[in-house]
Amino acid sequence: MHIVVCIKQVPDSSQIRVHPVTNTIMRQGVPAVVNPYDLFSLEEALRLKDRVGGRVTVLCMGPPQAEMALRKAISFGADHAILVTDRAFAGSDTLATSFALASAVRQIGRDMAVDLVFCGKQTIDGDTAQVGPGIAKRLDLQLLTYVSQIDAVDPERREIVVRRRAEGGVQVLKTRLPCLITMLEGSNELRFATQAGIFRAARYPVQRWDSKAAGIEDPSRVGLKGSPTVVRKVFAPTPNTQRADLISCESGTPEDLAATLLAKLTTRNPELAALLGRAGMQETGR
Amino acid sequence: MNTPAARRPAGRKLELDPRLAAYQGVWVFVEHERGQAHPVSWELMGEGRKLADQLGVPLAGVVLGAPGEPTRQFCQLAFRYGADRCYLIEDPALADYRNQPFTQGLTELVNAYQPEILLLGATTLGRDLAGSVATTLQTGLTADCTELTIDPENRSLAASRPTFGGSLLCTIVTLNYRPQMATVRPRVMDMAPYEATRGGEIVEHPLRLVETDILTKVLDYIPDNRQDRPQLAFADIIVAGGRGLKQPENFELVWELARVLGAEVGASRPVVQAGWVDPERQVGQSGRTVRPKLYIAAGISGAVQHRVGMEGADVIVAINSDANAPIFDFATYGIVGNALQILPALTGACRQHLALTQRAG
Repeated sequence: MHIVVCIKQVPDSSQIRVHPVTNTIMRQGVPAVVNPYDLFSLEEALRLKDRVGGRVTVLCMGPPQAEMALRKAISFGADHAILVTDRAFAGSDTLATSFALASAVRQIGRDMAVDLVFCGKQTIDGDTAQVGPGIAKRLDLQLLTYVSQIDAVDPERREIVVRRRAEGGVQVLKTRLPCLITMLEGSNELRFATQAGIFRAARYPVQRWDSKAAGIEDPSRVGLKGSPTVVRKVFAPTPNTQRADLISCESGTPEDLAATLLAKLTTRNPELAALLGRAGMQETGR
Repeated sequence: MNTPAARRPAGRKLELDPRLAAYQGVWVFVEHERGQAHPVSWELMGEGRKLADQLGVPLAGVVLGAPGEPTRQFCQLAFRYGADRCYLIEDPALADYRNQPFTQGLTELVNAYQPEILLLGATTLGRDLAGSVATTLQTGLTADCTELTIDPENRSLAASRPTFGGSLLCTIVTLNYRPQMATVRPRVMDMAPYEATRGGEIVEHPLRLVETDILTKVLDYIPDNRQDRPQLAFADIIVAGGRGLKQPENFELVWELARVLGAEVGASRPVVQAGWVDPERQVGQSGRTVRPKLYIAAGISGAVQHRVGMEGADVIVAINSDANAPIFDFATYGIVGNALQILPALTGACRQHLALTQRAG
């Protein structure tokens, strides 16, 4: 089996700060990480390889420094790593990104036919969940999003059975290979990199493809030109004119503060008073 | 550079091709599963109504389903929640959600009847479908919008959403492409008003796809045991905890208050990432959006990423030791103090209050 895993390098958003005066993003010193959702897909790909054999190729689109994300994937056990990097990609929205990545997957398939493509459920910086479905559509692959478990895979019969999270339950789906899967978070636990893996990652020559090498003939399909959407403005949320009514009391003890708060909640909000009354009925009813 | 990389539409066409100007009307995809319409459909209908009125165009619902499913009832509901018209595809292949037939159906409808705006819920189904349809139609799609407005200058849709991990908001427009697509998460918008006497016109359309052409088959469907899963989206009261609780074992204080109030338990992203709490309880941009009557946030600073998930609450109580925490800028009531002390005190006070109201009742 040849499995391609698409990963993205993202800023660790928990460490992004907004400048208190200018309200702009302070990006300096924010560490870059592999998008956490992608790691569930990487692990699942490695498990499939352990089960049925084959090759895992990791693919990333981004600036040259995104190579670090690919090395990380190699350290966990991926076989090949390709970085698609070109200034022409700058400003790509999800439609343009899926075009570039789909084209790269097609190129990867020339060497060894691709049976399965994995993407993360979404990224933590964009949160759109659109690139996976976009790649599937462009490559005419069946799309299986929010997969929590792969029940069976049969490379000979070219079939796969998965569990997919739907709104009110779990679908058990069977489809034909090749297909594209996005894994649900928590569906597996990423392995540790082995010593050998870490050494291999350090020495591994990550392939760099520009847009031409990625098979993109028409540069107007990527970057700003290939993006139907445009960010018109970025802004900080409007501060509320009214700040919270800060609860205070003479003693300042937690008990008195709590009692004062509760009194305000129930006297000023009749609906809450009724609700809090009901809550009590429920508790004693249990 | 510290400036956000807002992309300039320099040299790119903003004015609409005449061919695209023919795209008119606002559509809302009516999502349903197992005979139940998803409430996000009616939340979107309310928003769609406002957009349609502003543009002076009709509002339509889109219903895809199988014969035997209550599709016509969903159309009637769509009218009562504000739709003027419903586009309906009924086909056995649409019995369970599968990407291929739903993408085909919705794409066909768009190409046949040409709406200018298409809204879907940002659910597992809606996100799966929206991404595929937008790619097929080669148009723009903005995910997880928190605000939708019409630009009066050029009648285009301005969709705002959190960005940079939820620390800022951005407004996104779709250039010379139609329809303009957007998804909105459940509970972000208010429900549309229900008018029992409203009616509308149903337009039926064929699917043009047979089961043998569909490569994915549904082998089984295992419904969730609803009691097993947290039901944050529709909870009346939520008690949520954040990093200010300092230790995972201190989160028990949140559970205790929630038990007394019969409330659901929520959490901020850092504590979910630290593994203190089930990810299904995460409130915020990358978690759930909630609209309870009362939201109690303990030890949560109130970053935009969290705020967008809970600011729809009627009353917000914030407990935080940092008087400058952003949460005090939008909470209704605040207590500046140590959550580890305030929470047990509040639990005690609530228990006492409930015992009293009980006796009185």
